[in-house]
Amino acid sequence: MESNYAPDGPTQLAIYERVALLKANDERSRKVIMSGRLVMPYYSYRGQEVIPAAMAAALTDDDYWVTIYRGIHDMLAKGMPLNDLWAEIAGRVDGTCKGKGGPMHLTYPAKGIMVTTGIVGSSMPIANGIAWGSQLSGNDRVTVATFGDGASNIGAFHESLNLASVWKLPVIFLCQNNLYGEHTTYEKATAAKRIVDRAAAYDMPGVRVNGNDPIEMFAAAREAVARARAGEGPTLIEAMTFRFHGHVFGDADAYMDKAQKQAAMDADPVPIFRARLIAEGIATEAQLAEIEAAIEARIDAAVEFALASPFPELSELTKDVFAEGVVA
Amino acid sequence: MTGTATKAKPVTILQAINSAIADAMAADDKVVVLGEDVADPEDGGVVGVTKGLSSRFGEHRVRSTPIAEQAIIGAAIGASLVGYKPVAEIMLMNFTTVAMDMIVNHAAKLRFMSGGQTHVPIVIRTMTGTGFGSGGQHCDYLEAWFAHTAGIKVVAPSNPADAYGLMRAAIDDPDPVLYIENLPAYWAQGEAPAPGHVVPLGKAKVVKQGTDVTIVSYSRVLTEALAAVEQMEAAGVSAEIIDLRTISPWDKEAVFASVAKTGRCLITHEAVTEFGVGAEIAASLQSAFFGKLKAPVARLGAPYAPVPFSKPLESAYAPTAGRIAEAAISLAK
Repeated sequence: MESNYAPDGPTQLAIYERVALLKANDERSRKVIMSGRLVMPYYSYRGQEVIPAAMAAALTDDDYWVTIYRGIHDMLAKGMPLNDLWAEIAGRVDGTCKGKGGPMHLTYPAKGIMVTTGIVGSSMPIANGIAWGSQLSGNDRVTVATFGDGASNIGAFHESLNLASVWKLPVIFLCQNNLYGEHTTYEKATAAKRIVDRAAAYDMPGVRVNGNDPIEMFAAAREAVARARAGEGPTLIEAMTFRFHGHVFGDADAYMDKAQKQAAMDADPVPIFRARLIAEGIATEAQLAEIEAAIEARIDAAVEFALASPFPELSELTKDVFAEGVVA
Repeated sequence: MTGTATKAKPVTILQAINSAIADAMAADDKVVVLGEDVADPEDGGVVGVTKGLSSRFGEHRVRSTPIAEQAIIGAAIGASLVGYKPVAEIMLMNFTTVAMDMIVNHAAKLRFMSGGQTHVPIVIRTMTGTGFGSGGQHCDYLEAWFAHTAGIKVVAPSNPADAYGLMRAAIDDPDPVLYIENLPAYWAQGEAPAPGHVVPLGKAKVVKQGTDVTIVSYSRVLTEALAAVEQMEAAGVSAEIIDLRTISPWDKEAVFASVAKTGRCLITHEAVTEFGVGAEIAASLQSAFFGKLKAPVARLGAPYAPVPFSKPLESAYAPTAGRIAEAAISLAK
């Protein structure tokens, strides 16, 4: 990895703040669901926090991101406010989508969060279009499309990488390879030994990193962003990771290799990152504890805000199908 | 703003669509075109609908794409989310099936699912229609699939002036519009539209007044209905003919006003009759006019079969003037 793309101390701390937020938010989500106070389909991202935290640290608010149903970590990393997120996943009127999108369709254009799709593979064709818009406008905004390893086997992946390469679009294809597509293992579903090898077929740079390592992940992100901003086209990043809580929260994980899962959880990237920041003198224990306490307090407030927010009026059922007042 | 068609040299539907896109591109640099072969080095489209546009506006605004329908519609959606007004061509209507996820799950739903934070002002142009012997996968009318999807408008012009006006309205519309072009009718001539002529979406047009039976149609079959007038009149049947122009949302008011007068209705289209647009209109009419109709609402579409290749079979597939006249006459008896 090119060392000139490595994060400095303050950047690492900024990445950790995001990581801590994502981890705490996932833990709280599962807790609130278990308490029965909130009902939603939940696709836990626990274990994958470092990837979007490092990616987002390489972007600005003006850059765009398109994510998928397992994407709340991406959206929080990109800057979606907690109140808007929590009210949305609770189906309330103060949610970012007025409660009409839910956890699989989070949208927050003010921070470049343009689409969350519930369809495997569909983040990529749309990300291309946003990137085409940047190219047409002549601005230097970059678009990130996240997706899982399973999505690299669907047609949209191949159509999108091909078009992005032919058009030299400022887009980053960020694959979060957690080794499972729904319940099926990577090996059983994917012919390529490594997803990143597919980049060669589309004549674009491909880099595989340990997505759980903030330094490696940030360096890859920063290099891809630099390439996109310079008009040199797309990059495929394959970030290796693992999801700790199965496909959808509540599934029994019977399809997962127990030893593999235990090993991954033993290597939880968050406490490892935390300990390293302290060991290397980038932050003190007290400093990190203060950051984490502040995050818990923010989440407390967001959950209370969300659960106190009213449900949408039934008249919302038929609103936003089309622009109002254009054609009845 | 609705302009009025003026008397000028006749133009073809193909020329009218080309002019509408060109005028929209000249008026707004956010209007861009993409699709297979659309730029001039690739002949400006397989039948030349977009000919001249890339030479005039540049290949950055008129972009030929790979044969990759999901990528085409995805690119259109994405660009529309950041302020562009893409006119995407899916060469043939059957090829929209390859991009259904992008059209149905994304283009049609993003406004709603985002609570109105984003919207998708794209036009999807697509051509179809029997007559050229292209068989089962190149000429289906699939408008009912899209009309059944909340969040996308569907239009299908039958003449050059409407083709121009509906295209201008579709490009200006803040939501996705599927714009259906009939391949064999591209070269049909008609009155030229005035530049800037707009046909509002959702507005039908009574193209012929009548008293005995209302005929509702759109796209090429509308011209078959007009060609049936003489035969109907010879049988003493006065038909009122309505060009729906916009299939969804359809102009209930115009159709209801006509049926209130005639008490009879025949809906005719090139798509398979079963579960087609005619079924929706017929159901609405029977709800509104139960007990007042002089005859059951009738439908005339294609048989429940894929489009055949063999010429006699293909000719028997879509409604013709003769069959429309027979259906209307029998309804009025």
